[in-house]
Amino acid sequence: MSCTTLFEQVLDPDNRANPYPLFAQLRRQPVCRQEDGTYVVSTHAEIARLVSDPRISSEDLPDPQKFRWTGHPITDLFVRPIRAEIRRRHQPFIFRDPPDHDRLRGLVMRAFSPERVRRMREETADLTNELIGKFAGKAQIDLVDDFSYPLPVTVICKLLGVPPEDEPQFQGWATQLATALEPNQRADEETQAKNEQCFTEISDFLRDLIAKKRKEPQDDILTDLANGTKPGNASGDDPDEDGAETMNDFDLIATAVLLLVAGHETTVNLITNSVLTLLRRPEHWERLRDDPGIAPRLIEEMLRYEPPVQYRTRLAVADIPIAGVTIPKDAPVVLLLASGNRDPARFADPDRFDPDRPDNRHLGFGGGLHYCVGAPLARIEAEVALVSLARRLKNPRLVEDPPPYRPGASLRGPRHLCLAFDGIADA
Amino acid sequence: MTAGPSGPPERILVVGASLAGLSAAHALRAEGFAGALTLVGDEPHAPYDRPPLSKQVLRGLFSPDTTLPRRPELRAEFRLGTPASRLDCEARTVTLADGSTLPYDRLLIATGTRARPWPNPEEASLDGVFTLRTRDDAARLSARFKAGPKRVVLVGGGFIGFEVASTCRDLDIPVSLLVRDGQPLAAALGPRLGGLVGTIAQERGVDLRLGAEIERMDSEGGRLTGVTLKDGERIEADLLVAAIGAVRNVAWLEGSGLAADEGGVLCDGYCRAIRANGDIVPDVFVAGDVARWPNPHQGEALVAVEHWGNARAQAEAAARNMLAGPATGLTRHDHLPDFWSQQFGLTIKLVGLADGADSLAVVHGSLDARRFVALYGREGRTVAAASIDSARWLPAYEAAIREGAPFPPIEGAIDQPRLRIEEP
Ligand SMILES: Cc1cc2nc3c(=O)[nH]c(=O)nc-3n(C[C@H](O)[C@H](O)[C@H](O)COP(=O)(O)OP(=O)(O)OC[C@H]3O[C@@H](n4cnc5c(N)ncnc54)[C@H](O)[C@@H]3O)c2cc1C
Ligand code: HEM
Repeated sequence: MSCTTLFEQVLDPDNRANPYPLFAQLRRQPVCRQEDGTYVVSTHAEIARLVSDPRISSEDLPDPQKFRWTGHPITDLFVRPIRAEIRRRHQPFIFRDPPDHDRLRGLVMRAFSPERVRRMREETADLTNELIGKFAGKAQIDLVDDFSYPLPVTVICKLLGVPPEDEPQFQGWATQLATALEPNQRADEETQAKNEQCFTEISDFLRDLIAKKRKEPQDDILTDLANGTKPGNASGDDPDEDGAETMNDFDLIATAVLLLVAGHETTVNLITNSVLTLLRRPEHWERLRDDPGIAPRLIEEMLRYEPPVQYRTRLAVADIPIAGVTIPKDAPVVLLLASGNRDPARFADPDRFDPDRPDNRHLGFGGGLHYCVGAPLARIEAEVALVSLARRLKNPRLVEDPPPYRPGASLRGPRHLCLAFDGIADA
Repeated sequence: MTAGPSGPPERILVVGASLAGLSAAHALRAEGFAGALTLVGDEPHAPYDRPPLSKQVLRGLFSPDTTLPRRPELRAEFRLGTPASRLDCEARTVTLADGSTLPYDRLLIATGTRARPWPNPEEASLDGVFTLRTRDDAARLSARFKAGPKRVVLVGGGFIGFEVASTCRDLDIPVSLLVRDGQPLAAALGPRLGGLVGTIAQERGVDLRLGAEIERMDSEGGRLTGVTLKDGERIEADLLVAAIGAVRNVAWLEGSGLAADEGGVLCDGYCRAIRANGDIVPDVFVAGDVARWPNPHQGEALVAVEHWGNARAQAEAAARNMLAGPATGLTRHDHLPDFWSQQFGLTIKLVGLADGADSLAVVHGSLDARRFVALYGREGRTVAAASIDSARWLPAYEAAIREGAPFPPIEGAIDQPRLRIEEP
C-alpha cells in the first residue's frame, strides 16, 4: 500500500488505541508525502537530523483566525486585530525560532533550576499520598480523573507560584488550552474561539499575579521571570552580571501558559500510559513494586514505548533533500516521534517493552533546540507517582482494555482508565 | 579491489599507544579479531587523551591523568616505555629499542607527532622554556602555572597557543602571545575568523603581538628571564611555551622502504601504507596524526589531519581493513575532518577543511555577537563550516559539505541574516 494516506489513518480516532502498525508501514518510506502535501518523517535518524536543521521552522501555526464581525466598528477594526497581532508576535517559545526562542528559553532554563525541580519531589510525594488516600473504601477508580489529572497541575502551580486557592481554575484552563498544542484540533474554528476566550481569562489572571510578584517577590519561577532575578535571590541583592534581563509581559504570560499547558496533559498521559502498560504486563508491575530503583529505567522505556507526545509539526522554510526525497519549501512537516521510537534500525526488537534496554535514546522528549524543558520535572513526577501506586494499590486490575482515548492524536492518552483493586496499603 | 594478504591475521601489532592505536585496538576486538594484539608505545603511560591537556589540565580542573577508557574485552599486551626503532616489511617484524623483535601479520603505524622543539637547543634547554604535547609536559607546566609566574610568553598562533593563552587569563597570569606571521589561527580558520579570535583574545587581556619574532631568549643562571624581539623590544617573562607546530614521528621507519618523511607516512584511502616506489603494502596500515593520504574532501590532495576525530575514524577504518577478507572488501576512510577548541569561554568548531577557501558567508548569528556559523566556499562549492557557540546547526551543513553542495548551500533558513559573500 502506498504511504500517502497513512497519516490520515493515524489521525482517525478509530486507530488511537494502537497506531503502531501504521507507523511500521510509514517507516518503509522514511519521509513520505501525504496527499495534502504534508511530509511525514517516521524514522529515528531522519527525525534526529531534522530537529536540528535550520531549514525546519517551529513557527508553523495556522494564520490567526478570520474574525466574525461583532458589528462594533472599534472592536472589529482596532481592538481585535491589534490583539491578534500581539498574540502572533508573542507566541510561546515552543512555536518560535531562534534567536527569540533561545532568549526566552534561556531565561526559563535559568528559573527552572535543578534545585527547584528537586524540591518538587517532596511536594509530589505528599500530593500523591493525599490522592491515593482518597481511594480508601472504593473498589474501583478512574485513574485519569482521580489521580493523573490533578497531580501535574498542582505541581506546576507550586513551581510557578500560583496561590493554592486558584489551582482549580488553572486546571480548567490547562485542559482547554491543551488543544492549542494539538495540531489536529487547533485549526478547528470552535476550538479556536474557546481557546481565545480562555487565553483572555488566563492572561488577565496572570497579569495581576505578575504585578503581585513584582511587589512582593517570592521564591518561585514567575517571580524570577518577572523581575529578572536568579533562583533563590528574589530580593535581587545580587543582580546578574549580564544585567537583569527580563521578558516583556506579553512573552511572560505566553511563557507561563506554555509551562502550564506543555507540562500538564503530557504528564497525565505518561502516568496513565505507564499504568496501562504495566498492568498489561503484570510481571513489570510486580518488579516495580519490589524494586522501586527500577523506576527511572522503566520510565525511560515508557517514554520510548508509549510516548505522551506522539508527533510534532514543523514547516520547511527551504528545500530539504533527505532520505531520497526533497521536502519542498513551505511544506508542512510531521515529525513522528513515536514512530522513531519504534524504528528497528535504532532499537533492537522495538515492539518489546524492555526497561533493561541499553542506550535508550528515545525521542519522547523531542530533540534538538526544542528538547523538553520540563524533562527533569516530568521524570520526577512520574517516578514518585508510579512507585507509590505500585506500592499502595493492592492487586490492581484493568477494567476495560483498551480504554477509551481522548481525541488528540499527538497528545495521545486514555480519557479514562478504570482500575479495580482490593484496597490500599498505608502511605 | 585487492583484498588483504595471506589469509586472516593471527598477530596484530600496533606501534604508537595513544588515541589512534587504542581506537584501532578497540575496533579490532569489536570486529571480532580474537588473535594476539600488542601495542607498543614509547611513553611510559597507558594511552591518554591530549585535548584536555591545554584546557582543563593546565587550568588545574583535571589531573594530568587523562587516561583513555579501556574496554574489558580489549585483551591486549602493552609494551610501554620502549620505542620501536626499526621496521622490516619483508620479514614482517618490528624491532624495539631494547633489542626485542616482534613479528606481525598486520601492522598499524600510529606514532603521531611530537611538539616541534624550539630551534635553538641552548635556549630550548633553559629552565622555564616548555613545549606541550604530553601529559608530563602538562603536569610540569601546570605546576609552574600554580606557582604564579610573572608573565608567560607564548610563541605560535595556532590552537594550542591560543588555548594556553586563554588558560593563562583564566588563572589571571599575564601573557604575551607572539604570532610571527601576524595571522592568528589562519591555517585552520582563515584570516577573517582567525583575526576575530585574535581580537577576542586581546579583549580578554592577552598581549597579542602580531608579526613579533624572537631575536633571542634572555637568561640568568640557566633560567629564562625574558625575550628580546627582532625590533629590540624586551619582554620580561619567566615562562615560555613554544607552540610552533608538530613534527611527525617517522624516524623509526628509516630503511623500511615506506614513503615516510616530514609530511607523514603515506597511505591510500584504505589506510594501507605505500612504498617509496608507489606500491601498496597490504599488511601495513597507517592512522592518526602521522598519516598522510589522498583526501576525498580536498580533491584527492595529499593531506594530514591532526585532529582527534580523524585519529579515531581513521583507526577504525584501518582496523576494519586489517581484517577484511577477499569477500568483505575494504572500507574507504572518507571521514570529514572536524575539530573543536575551547578558549576564552567560547567553543569553536570546524567541519571540513577551510584551507584554500575563496569565500566566506555568515549563515547564522553574527560575528559581532560572537555567536555564529560561517561557511567557507571554494570555486562555488561549500567546503567547510566554522561555528562559535552555535554548533547545533553544524550537522545540516556537514551534510552539505559532504555532498559538495553549491555555496552557500542553504538560503532562507531560520535565524539567518541576509547573506553576504565575503573574503575568508
Ligand atoms: C595540547 C593538545 C591539545 C589538543 N586539542 C585538540 C582539540 O581540542 N581538538 C582536536 O580535535 N584535537 C586536539 N589535539 C590533537 C589530538 O590530540 C591529536 O590529533 C591526537 O592525539 C592524535 O592521536 P594519534 O594517536 O594519531 O597520535 P599521538 O597522540 O601523537 O600518539 C602517538 C603516540 O605514539 C608514540 N610514539 C611515537 N614514536 C614512537 C615509536 N617509535 N615507538 C613507539 N611509540 C611511539 C608517541 O609517543 C605517542 O604516544 C590536541 C593535541 C594536543 C597536544
Ligand atoms: C511526560 C511529560 C512530558 C513529555 C513527554 C514532554 C514532551 C515534550 C516534547 C516532545 C517537546 C518537544 C516539542 C517540539 O519539539 O516541538 C517538549 C517541549 C517542551 N516541554 Fe515538555 N514534555 C513533558 C513534560 C513537560 C513539563 C512537566 C514541562 C514544564 C513544566 C514541559 C515543558 C516544555 C516546554 C516549555 C517545551 C518547549 C521547549 C522549547 O520549545 O524549547 N514539558 N516537551
